[in-house]
Amino acid sequence: MRTAIIDAPIDAAALLTEVSSPATGATVLFVGTVRDFNEGRPVSGIEYSTYRSMAERELEAIAGEASVKFETRAIVVEHRVGTLALGDASVAIAVAHARRAQAYDASRFIIEELKQRLPVWKLEHYTDGSREWVASGIGIRESGIGARERAAGDRG
Amino acid sequence: MTVTVLLFASYAEALGATSLDVEVRVGATVGDVLGHLRALPGADRLPPSPLVAVNERYAKADRVLAAGDEVAVIPPVAGG
Repeated sequence: MRTAIIDAPIDAAALLTEVSSPATGATVLFVGTVRDFNEGRPVSGIEYSTYRSMAERELEAIAGEASVKFETRAIVVEHRVGTLALGDASVAIAVAHARRAQAYDASRFIIEELKQRLPVWKLEHYTDGSREWVASGIGIRESGIGARERAAGDRG
Repeated sequence: MTVTVLLFASYAEALGATSLDVEVRVGATVGDVLGHLRALPGADRLPPSPLVAVNERYAKADRVLAAGDEVAVIPPVAGG
């Protein structure tokens, strides 16, 4: 098991190699990439920022929970931060297991937990030059402002 | 005693800082620190009950703090 918050581009193929072994009959690779549209607005790129020490701890905790719940140690997760362009991988999750059902379930568990808990923030840049903080996980309800947070004073 | 407050993303923009040393009484809670932040310019852009982590773990408003604790105010997260 290995987890990391990284600044360099993610090498998803390397993650596959890292988790694969003759003992595992199923390997699932999930790659999350920067999409060119969000809620109807054309996106030009995303700046990811983080509370790095806590994010490292939280990512390790999530992978550890998946490891126990789905009974495999063959888990590698990398989340990239910094300025990402369209199509760049922001997150990659590789899970290997003797059985495909558990491999898929573990992969899904990790991405859903990560979206809820990982202290990472996205500042979306749009093609019209404006930018906005977006959110998907915990804190949305508490903030009382829905799924989007306005980057006040910075609308195009 | 002094605690360190960390601010991120939209909250750092709102308060114009990423880190603040805050002086609080002994026995102060997370809620007391949030109360202190509310007096600062830009704090009107923080929600009524923001998420908080103390020493890298999510914590509630009644959590009692110790000197030197790192209190992070966490905007809605957006990993993935």
